Formats: sequence, structure tokens, C-alpha cells
Amino acid sequence: MTSTMIRTSGLTRHFTVKKRTVEAVRGLDLTVDEGELVALLGPNGAGKSTTLRMLTTLLRPTSGTAEVAGRDVTRDPRGVRARIGYIGQGNGAGHSQRARDELLSQGRAYGMTVAAARARADELVGSLDLGAVADRVVSSLSGGQRRRLDIAMGLIHAPELLFLDEPSTGLDPQNRANLAEHVRRLRAEQGTTMVLTTHYLEEADQLAERVVVIDHGRVIADDTPARLKAAHAGDRITLEFDHEQEAERAEARALGIAEGAQTERTGTRLEIRIDGGARLTPKLLRGFDEAHIPVASVEVARPTLDDVFLNLTGRSLREESAGAGTQERAA
Amino acid sequence: MTTFATDTATVFSRELRPVLRDPFSVIFSMLQPLLFLALFAPLLPDTDGGSALQWFVPGIVVMSCLFGTSATGSNLLFEIQTGSHERMLVSPLSRPALIVGRALKEIVPMFAQAVLIVLVTIPFGFELHVGGALVALAILALFCVGLGSLSYTLALAARNTEWMFWAVQQTLLFPLLLLAGILLPIDEAPEWLRVASHLNPLTYVVDAERALFNGELVSATVGYGLLAAAAVGVLGLWIGTKAIRRASA
Ligand SMILES: Nc1ncnc2c1ncn2[C@@H]1O[C@H](COP(=O)(O)OP(=O)(O)O)[C@@H](O)[C@H]1O
Ligand SMILES: [Mg+2]
Repeated sequence: MTSTMIRTSGLTRHFTVKKRTVEAVRGLDLTVDEGELVALLGPNGAGKSTTLRMLTTLLRPTSGTAEVAGRDVTRDPRGVRARIGYIGQGNGAGHSQRARDELLSQGRAYGMTVAAARARADELVGSLDLGAVADRVVSSLSGGQRRRLDIAMGLIHAPELLFLDEPSTGLDPQNRANLAEHVRRLRAEQGTTMVLTTHYLEEADQLAERVVVIDHGRVIADDTPARLKAAHAGDRITLEFDHEQEAERAEARALGIAEGAQTERTGTRLEIRIDGGARLTPKLLRGFDEAHIPVASVEVARPTLDDVFLNLTGRSLREESAGAGTQERAA
Repeated sequence: MTTFATDTATVFSRELRPVLRDPFSVIFSMLQPLLFLALFAPLLPDTDGGSALQWFVPGIVVMSCLFGTSATGSNLLFEIQTGSHERMLVSPLSRPALIVGRALKEIVPMFAQAVLIVLVTIPFGFELHVGGALVALAILALFCVGLGSLSYTLALAARNTEWMFWAVQQTLLFPLLLLAGILLPIDEAPEWLRVASHLNPLTYVVDAERALFNGELVSATVGYGLLAAAAVGVLGLWIGTKAIRRASA
């Protein structure tokens, strides 16, 4: 039997900045069942952190309700806190503390006995490969080591529900892979329900079984990565020609062969978006051949979540996250 | 299940641990008071009560607590910026315990510094009255906890503007210090200065410390000092508790 871990209804949060109202989250309705692994995906400023901060009792909703682990976030914040784990955007460990000391006091904060906290800390130090640095001062740890310590602290009390805000920010590819591995294992071995936010498409794609796409404080799509792609983005066939007018003729021909295709031509390049593009490509190439249009090169790409986002919003997530880096706040 | 008391103990021992692991940090923060001691004490004339140190040392003990404790909010400020304060806010720790535990920890470095100052000055003629000194430190502890809590309140209010924290702390620290007559007596100061001094709760604490360190256990001066310190303690904790409740709303 599965039960509901998170249920929000009309969850809304406004901020007032210099007399202007920022609607960070607008009427969010979200249900997450026990054992789910959900990624909130959206560009910087979409409202992902604000959502997480409301769900973890750090921020009071402006309106709407949220029940987390069976408790209402406004009426019983302490009940919620005792049942969840949270790994925030920043670093959770105090810089003048030793790593293991922080794990212990984190355990104590969740009501564990000293002995239990110590045993659990040893376990996590082992599984997160922190053995070499556990007795060092946090300020001497590398970014990746600190992030792993954050994860260990978030897991100390083995919460049934874990929130991770941009967990892989600042990690190198190897540590990112480690993190993904850890998240998967946690899900498989403990059945922990997890909600993570990310603006990395690959991360959402590879890690989550369910992706909630958020833009301007609203949910604009919510499904498995595969179904999102199937519903919102076709394969992308990119053809190169030697001459512009060949590309032009090819476009007309392609529209005749592939019904419902979307095409876009720039110079000698022709881009065709259509479902089942891989299967269609040989047929297209035969058609061009018959019409004596020589093709210089062809490439078929499976759709990405970026294509989904582009389709839904008309904007690319990739450009936004590259450009909006400075807007990101620790808040 | 945790209670306010266990939560306070958790926060207290977390704050204390770096101090115990690196006791040198306590000495570092008292370099300035020790410098004042070395440079000022020789300038003061000996009184009929004995060495000038008898008057000066209790003031330096208070000053050393004042310097360390008023700056302690900067630790919280840093933890607000890095995210470790947020991590504690998500835990079920009681909100007041987050401030009270931190403020109580201030007693430990204060006590260590006082012992050090006394030990250093005894060879130079400072006469120690153990009973009085212990009561003096108990009273100072009350003041310290209140001041620490206020410093944390300032950190919560300053949030992302670190310069604001230091501007307010520095602006308040020195007038408070001078008006309490820690470095120079204010008995012969102009009228307005003396009035200002009487409005400063620290004045009563300093006077009581002097009386107690000189072995004078029961007197009106000690009573007023106790009252002032307790008032700062209670008021500081009350304001700090309100501030952290509001900050996490
Ligand atoms: N404490 C705050 N005060 C004012 N505005 C805020 C605050 N936190 C977030 N915002 C604003 O709310 C919007 C959503 O921010 P956030 O939830 O951090 O986005 P994300 O995590 O998706 O990048 C942004 O416009 C951001 O500037
Ligand atoms: Mg964010």
C-alpha cells in the first residue's frame, strides 16, 4: 500500500522586494507518494527553492496548504521537521567544526542518543567515503567533500522523506555520478521518498522517475522523463547540404514525406522535428535521393528535456541557466 | 523525543566544541584587553586600597567578556550565509534553544579569560578574594548571556549585510565601555557624562565586580550590579527568542 507523503493545495508564496511583489510560487498543487523520486526542474528563479523551503517549514506559505509526512507545515512544523531530512543549497556544516562533530550534533538535534548518533555517523562516513576527512575541520574540506558531508548530515536520522536542493551544484562529474549512485541506492535499499530540485537536464533525466517542470512559479508539466519527451518533443533530424537551395528543396520534399513534421531552415542546414524520427530517416533519405538532392550529412537526436521545455515555454532551459547564474541566491 | 533542555544542551555543546578543540581562540580574542591592561595599568596611581590593579583588573575582566561576547553574533551571521543555520532550522530543535544554547556558551570563554587575567596579574600585586571573585563571575555570566543573545539578535537582523553587524556592534561597544568607567573613573566627569553613565546598566555591573573582587560580598553596590546583570540577561534572552521566532516565520 502506498500512502501520500506530500500533498499541497494552492501553495503560494509572494515576496515583497522594494514595494514590488514577486510571485515566487503560484498555486502549486502537488502530490508525492511514498517511495517516489521526484525532480523539480526549472530555470533559475522558477520557484524551486521557495517550494522546497515551504515544504520544509523554512518559509510560511502566503496562502494554500501543504501536508508533509502527514503533518501540516503551518500547524505542526515541528512534527514535519522531525520526519524529514533536508539538504539545502548551501553547506550545512559549520566551518569551525570538525566533520564528525557536526554529524554527532545533527544526530542529537534529531533526538538520537549519543551512541546511536556515533554509530550512524561511522556508517555514513564509510558509505560516503569521508573517512580521511571526518576528523578535520570543515573549512579545510574541498567542495565535493563538504557536499558529501551535507548529504551525510541530511541522512543521519534516516528520514523517510528527503529534500535535496540543487544537490549536485559545485560537484565535479565524478562526484556528481557518486551522488546519483547514492540517491539511487537510498531509494532502492531504504525506499526513501525523495524530492530534489535541479536545473541540470541530464540530472533530472537520469535520476528521477518523475519530473515536475516548474516555470514562473507554476507546474507546467509533470510526468516521467520518457513520457514528457514523447508528448512534448519529437526526435530532431539535422541535415546538412552543400547549397542553400538544396536545403530549400529538401524542406518542401520532407514536408511531403513526413506529415506533421516541424521544419526549420538556416542556410544550408535543415532541422526536422518529428516523432519516430529515427525510423523515418531512411525514408527521407530515399526521397531526397529520388529528387536528386544530395545530402552532405545527417544526424538524428533523441529529444531531451530541454526540447520539452522549449516546446512548453518557447525558451531553452540551457540558455537560461547559463545566463542567469548571477541571479541565483543562496536564499 | 527532545525537550527544550536537551535541545539547549545540543546547541550549547555544538557551540562549545570548537572552543574546546582549539582553546587558543579564547586567548586570541582577549589580546586587546590584555594590551589595555599592560598599557593602562602602569598609568594609574595606586590608591589607599592598594595596587591600582585592584581597581583596574575587574574592569578588564568585564571588558574581555564585552569584546568576545558582543562579537559572537558574527559566528551566527557566517552560519546564516553558509547555510548551516538553515540546516539547524529544518531540524526539530526548539527555536529558543537555538539562541539560548548559543548564548549560554558565552559563559565558558568569559570564565576562562577571567581566570587567565587574574593569574597574570597576581604576580604584579593583584590580591585575589576567591569567594568574591566567584560571585563576581556568576553575576557577569548573567550579563554575558544577555549580551550574547543581543549579539545574535543583531546577526539575525543584519542577515546578508555583514558590515551592518560590525557597524552597530562597534558603535555601541565603545560608548558602553567608556561610560561604564572601565578604563578611567568617571567620578570627576562632567554632569552629563555622569548622567549617561548612570543610565548604562554596565556601570552597575562593573561597580559590583570591583566590590566583589575586593572581597566585599554584601553591599548595595553588589545588589544593583546583580539586578542590572539579571535584567540584561532576561531582556537579552527575551529579545533573542522573539527574534529567532520571527526570523523563521
Ligand atoms: N527571500 C527572498 N526575498 C525576495 N525574493 C525572493 C526570496 N527568495 C526567492 N525570491 C525570489 O523568488 C523567485 C524564485 O526564487 P527561487 O525559489 O530561489 O528559485 P529557484 O530555486 O527555482 O532558482 C525569484 O524571483 C527570487 O528572486
Ligand atoms: Mg534554488
